[in-house]
Amino acid sequence: MSPSVRLQEMIRVIRSARTQGEERGLIQKECAAIRAQFRQSDNGARTHNLAKLLYVHMLGYPAHFGQMECVRLIASPRYSEKRIGYLGAMMLLDEKQDASLLITNSIKNDLSHSSQHVQSLALCTLACMGSAEMCRDLAPEIERLLGASDSYIKKKAILCAVHIVRKIPELGELYTPLACSLLSEKNHGVLHSAVVLITELCERNPDTLRQFRKTVPELVHIMKGLIMSGYSPEHNVAGISDPFLQVRILRLLRILGRCNDAASDAMNDLLAQVATNTDSSKTAGSAVLYETVLTVMDIRSESGLRVLAVNILGRFLLNNDRNIRYISMTSLQKIVQTDHTAVQRHRGTIVDCLKDQDASVKRRALELSLALVSATNIRTMMKELLVFLSTCPPELRAHTASGIFIAAERYAPSQRWHIDTILHVLITAGGDVRDETVPNLIKLITTASELHCYTVLKLYRALITDISQQSLVQVACWCIGEYGDLLLKGECDDIEPMQLTEDDVLDALETVLQSHMSSPASRAFALTATMKLSTRITNNVDRIRSIVSIYGSCIDVELQQRAVEYNALFKKYDHMRAAVLERMPVIDKSSPGDTLGDLTGEVTKDSSLSKPVPGGSTLPLEPASQAFDLLDLLVPSVTVYEKGGVSLKLQCDSQTETAVTLTFTACNSTQNDITKFTLQAAVPKSIQLQMKAPSGSVLPAGGHSAITQTVVLSNPSKTNLKMRVRLSYSNQGMVCQDTVQIDSFPSPAWT
Amino acid sequence: MIKAILIFNNHGKPRLSKFYEHYNEDIEQQIIRETFHLVSKRDENVCNFLEGGLLIGGSDNKLIYRHYATLYFVFCVDSAESELGILDLIQVFVETLDKCFENVCELDLIFHVDKVHHILAEMVMGGMVLETNMNEIITQVDAQVKMERSEAGIAGAPARAVSAVKNMNLPEMPKNINIGDISIKVNLLLQRL
Repeated sequence: MSPSVRLQEMIRVIRSARTQGEERGLIQKECAAIRAQFRQSDNGARTHNLAKLLYVHMLGYPAHFGQMECVRLIASPRYSEKRIGYLGAMMLLDEKQDASLLITNSIKNDLSHSSQHVQSLALCTLACMGSAEMCRDLAPEIERLLGASDSYIKKKAILCAVHIVRKIPELGELYTPLACSLLSEKNHGVLHSAVVLITELCERNPDTLRQFRKTVPELVHIMKGLIMSGYSPEHNVAGISDPFLQVRILRLLRILGRCNDAASDAMNDLLAQVATNTDSSKTAGSAVLYETVLTVMDIRSESGLRVLAVNILGRFLLNNDRNIRYISMTSLQKIVQTDHTAVQRHRGTIVDCLKDQDASVKRRALELSLALVSATNIRTMMKELLVFLSTCPPELRAHTASGIFIAAERYAPSQRWHIDTILHVLITAGGDVRDETVPNLIKLITTASELHCYTVLKLYRALITDISQQSLVQVACWCIGEYGDLLLKGECDDIEPMQLTEDDVLDALETVLQSHMSSPASRAFALTATMKLSTRITNNVDRIRSIVSIYGSCIDVELQQRAVEYNALFKKYDHMRAAVLERMPVIDKSSPGDTLGDLTGEVTKDSSLSKPVPGGSTLPLEPASQAFDLLDLLVPSVTVYEKGGVSLKLQCDSQTETAVTLTFTACNSTQNDITKFTLQAAVPKSIQLQMKAPSGSVLPAGGHSAITQTVVLSNPSKTNLKMRVRLSYSNQGMVCQDTVQIDSFPSPAWT
Repeated sequence: MIKAILIFNNHGKPRLSKFYEHYNEDIEQQIIRETFHLVSKRDENVCNFLEGGLLIGGSDNKLIYRHYATLYFVFCVDSAESELGILDLIQVFVETLDKCFENVCELDLIFHVDKVHHILAEMVMGGMVLETNMNEIITQVDAQVKMERSEAGIAGAPARAVSAVKNMNLPEMPKNINIGDISIKVNLLLQRL
């Protein structure tokens, strides 16, 4: 290919390449030729070469070596070279390139060029890729051009000013005085740009907004002129006179009229006129009407006007054109918060749109339906939403599921309905729900105590039908483990009874354990459930023992640890098994640390089970107690628990931004020794807890010595510190247990 | 604000790509591919608005597109623009191209990319709508073309003559024709221009 071949020739050759590789080769050869040509200082084909480079750049090949050539071409005196140079600058240069600063001077010169076309090139490039420094340098030039007589240059200069204001908001003050006067222009292009500039200035600065409120009458006048004018051929689009300008002015009126009664009054008549007179059979008219409606809803308009606006939106909703329907739903979304009842009237149509084949319309309808759910229509809406969930496109599923959950939680008419709804969602779209659904559902189930039988039967049925939905599997396993005895009784009022044997139930759990579809978390749930059943059933305890011991050598470390611990529970701690595996207490939903539910169902942070502490090591008593007394004076410590002669004090050793170190001190003022003293602690999920080994587990009588235990809390998300502590000890052969909640912590010794 | 204007054909080959916000080159190509992927899945009788492009901005941005014959015209805009207004703007753009190129087709856009850029620069500047009056735009574009031609001067005449001849649909000419003096033939061509 000859190096000076024209752009069209090169395009023809590239198009004739039959494979991607061939095209790449051709382009590389061409780029090499162009590069060589750029290095030669003077040749007549510079514009062609840059044009070819820009084409290659559009196809996606690297073209950065053309940047300096752009700079050179911009500085050339010839118009054709400047033109392609500026185009190249817009496509290849950006703020981050150093070369962009080099063209600042050229732009400055070109802004004062005698030819308006050259001026317009410079303005266009500045508006497209002007960096903050360039804008600062050239802002005075633009101000001068705002007063130009030529409307062609003026409108470009105004838009350039908008770009400058976006980059450097402070410079808005420079253009504010001129902006007002621009509204008296006759040329629609200039008027349009002026309205854009005023909109931008008002959005950036509330003071400027107040200043521009006095232009409302002028804007109303311009709008009236546009509506009333007869057919004007140059601005006419489908029968509407310059709809683009009308839409812009309406948007500016919206911003000016917001939260201001005087301005809103001034535009009431105009808006009513536009709303009633505009012909909406074509897109142009609909655009103007739509903008009018949004403006009416946003300003302080009178109620009659608002009703008119909502009616227009309702009419749009029933339009055959899908674009119009989409637009009306978008605008209904904007007003559903403020005018809820008005939008409710159209609920039927919106719910029908859920069944539309267009994915965009479905998305809008979903958002709007979720916003329209209320206590009165929850049952019908939920039916529709559940049907939608089973047929909706996959990208909307997660959003639908979470929306359904939120709605169900807020407006559930009964607990049974709530549980049914969540189960339905899990069965249909269990893979798309969020992780916290499982604990939330479990919490809900435990609170609905009279429904335990119903719930567990339903879950069992769902489990044997399908074990692929992990959230469903996890909840089902947990419930079967917890309420297995109710399941085996098999009788329930609201659901048809099932006769189950213990083997059936254990089979179901084993299937989950062995299936390759189960996630590790589900298998852990199943194993724990199996273990819990050992206290709920009577005949097949051996089967459970064998299952548990098999998993003692499982590859999954979590499962292995659980199995080993449960084995230990069978062997060494069989006397504790019933107590450990008893029915969970109802998780209190409203308690602040309700994520402390980690205490339930899991083996807690406890030094006794996993690392059996050798019984009662005693410390040298006297010095410790003296030191303890001395420290007590200096460091504030709070007594968090005092009962039956046992007291627990808490002091804060040190506190950093994200970590707190605490020391618990336990003291015994009874006549008897207290043995086997242990502390267990639980904290909210976002905080990490580390308990160091206690100093001992024997509290001698008379309070001579104390047991201390250091606890380190790490709180990276800086949530409120709360803690629940369980003490257990043995006093004269009786095992005592108590729990205390700690909400306020003492300040550290030094801050 | 208009974030980007893309024109690509039914197979995803870009015919024009103008970004009003800066992205890296490979991100730009990715955006074009992703947009094509989203737009080509759409049925014929669904609405012209799309949400869900991840690369170009995110939740605030919509893709407004129109399908003309073999080309998709896609405008990526944020919420400050009126969606129906942009639909009309696309129509005005295509009508302007039609006027400038005389029954525009995809080949025109392929071989005259720079001219399409210059026309677009008269309509949208810095991501904002500049001019929507078709006659006004065409007047300016013609004035610019005239300025370029006058600068090229007499030196450009043979080049233009060659390209004019190439673009003409000449019927098959018989091989042996006595045309007499060649210089007369050249003058005729120049006059026709």
